Amino acid sequence: MSEEIGNNKIIELFKIMKTIRLFEEEMENLFKKGYIRGSVHLYIGQEAIAAGVCGVLNKEDYIVSNHRGHGHCLAKGADPKYMAAELLGKERGYCGGKGGSMHITDYESGVLCANGIVGAGLPISVGAGLGLKLKQQKNVVVCFFGDGAWCEGVLHESLNLASIWKLPVIFVCENNEYAISTYYKNSIAATNLSDIANTYGIKSVIVNGNNVIEVFDAAKNAREEIMYDSQPIFIEAKTYRLLGHYIGDDQNYRNKENVTEKWKNEPLVVFEDWINQNHPDLKDFLKETEEEVQKVIKDAVQYAIDCPYPKVESATTHVFTYGPAWERRNICERDYSETSN
Amino acid sequence: MREITVRQAINEAIREEMQRDERVFILGEDIASYGGALKVTSGLYDEFGPERVRDTPLAENSIVGAAIGSAMINMRPIAEISYIDFTAVCMDQIINQTAKWQYMTNGKIELPLVIRTQGGGYRGNGAQHSQSLEAIFTHIPGLVVIMPSTPFDFKGLLVSAIRDNNPAIFIEHKLLYNTKGFVPEKEYSIPFGVADVKKEGNDITVIATAYMVKKALEVANEFSKQGIDIEVIDPRTLNPFDYETVFSSIKKTHRAVVVNEAYTTGSFARQIASKISEEIFDELDAPVLCVGALDVPIPYSKVLEDYVLPSNEKITEIINKVLDY
Repeated sequence: MSEEIGNNKIIELFKIMKTIRLFEEEMENLFKKGYIRGSVHLYIGQEAIAAGVCGVLNKEDYIVSNHRGHGHCLAKGADPKYMAAELLGKERGYCGGKGGSMHITDYESGVLCANGIVGAGLPISVGAGLGLKLKQQKNVVVCFFGDGAWCEGVLHESLNLASIWKLPVIFVCENNEYAISTYYKNSIAATNLSDIANTYGIKSVIVNGNNVIEVFDAAKNAREEIMYDSQPIFIEAKTYRLLGHYIGDDQNYRNKENVTEKWKNEPLVVFEDWINQNHPDLKDFLKETEEEVQKVIKDAVQYAIDCPYPKVESATTHVFTYGPAWERRNICERDYSETSN
Repeated sequence: MREITVRQAINEAIREEMQRDERVFILGEDIASYGGALKVTSGLYDEFGPERVRDTPLAENSIVGAAIGSAMINMRPIAEISYIDFTAVCMDQIINQTAKWQYMTNGKIELPLVIRTQGGGYRGNGAQHSQSLEAIFTHIPGLVVIMPSTPFDFKGLLVSAIRDNNPAIFIEHKLLYNTKGFVPEKEYSIPFGVADVKKEGNDITVIATAYMVKKALEVANEFSKQGIDIEVIDPRTLNPFDYETVFSSIKKTHRAVVVNEAYTTGSFARQIASKISEEIFDELDAPVLCVGALDVPIPYSKVLEDYVLPSNEKITEIINKVLDY
């Protein structure tokens, strides 16, 4: 593990991971109480990946998230208040209640989009990378996706395109071993998911996705390399989906004892052990941070509950954005040819 | 009066917008030095270079995805999908991504992108290269759908599509590329949702799209010889759609036929016909009838394709049926 990481960064990473964990626990509660509809895919057990990767990004860097995206958005700087309000379908949610759990967007913090279609964010991240390149803007795009998306054809198109165009995209493959009920070894022919990168001439690295310092170091190197020489990089973060695919999944496809065993290496336990061993002096700070986060999440939940629902009239707004092309003007050939020969 | 082809009109619109706004760029298969499968983008590579005129691999999903991602960060991409039939390959990126982002984010995202594509039959390209799939896109809220018929309309509407902040599907009929017509040298743009009355008449209204406008006008000229005046309306854009112009024409003629080239079942022509009946039923002296392709894949052999796609004879027959009702 990195020896160089400073105390402030350690506390920051801990704070983000704790924020994600507590946020997700609260969302699970709210879902079970009937405040949240639809499907909610919790990020619990993968906090180290979002925290470690986003921990190296600038505000002007972008992320493209997926259906299990709350952690990515929080780590990039989205506000838990507006996220919770969105999950509850409220007016002040990030998308005014039109998006929901799978479609958080917050330009201010660099969250370009989160996606309900597995793999669909990959070419969009390539497009954002292309946009950065054309604008000659020195930033990166991070695309988060899982082992499920790895199987989609569009992954291959996207890696290929990012490579031939040398785009500043970090592909972060969170291998949590399950695509709903399908175990990755039953659906993926490659030994490691990162093997595919080599085929497309993309550098890759495998990290323990439950170890935030390891993820942080890999992401930091990736970002530095891209800043030096624009090119995509593939990070496979090996982790484990500790909970069901969504809240309410009966998980009849896996052995409960194996899951219990995996909880022993969940990312917050791993990080706290590491801090206790290497930075015992930070113990009090961790406690303070945790209390601070608890309050933030509690306030966010209250904010979301108190927030009004959107007005029904908003259901028909923003299908289109109206500009000059929508102003009624009669422009036809006859008039032009008569007046402007 | 300057006359140019539809192909030149499209090329000119792209070139001028690329000169005007450096955020505009184009991407697609074989569009760069080759100039596009139908030579629409010739010369652009030489003028603007490989950064802004980008050849892509054969990868429709990532062509559209790349357009979306770049548009999200304020670029203005024009993606070319060389046949409308190939949009089936990237339908997720069009239906679930392109059409939804503005709405799903409550307007936080604007997607100023254009997907140019080419459709239609009558050229023996077979079932996978001859379709008129516009109704798929009009069915999905969130896409501007543009289908012009003359060089003037092609240029003016493409300029609007490029400058507008919404995603647009711009459909070019393969038989129209060589059609010549007047296009002014000075700058102009045509707004969405404003139909053009291509021929005025008092006896019956014919609403036709794309290549069918040409056919409807030919048929209308034949009818004029018998003293029957047909009004031919080209809606130019299907979403938004100019019902106002259609309704006011029917209030004058009291009869209507809708002609499109798409398979008849579920076609946009049916939508127009049904809307007319819903909104101005009392104005009608006859049912609104539609002309479209038979409900079969478009066959290859000329005799079969001619039988399946709308012909002047078929259009004439249906117009007579409505006139005689």
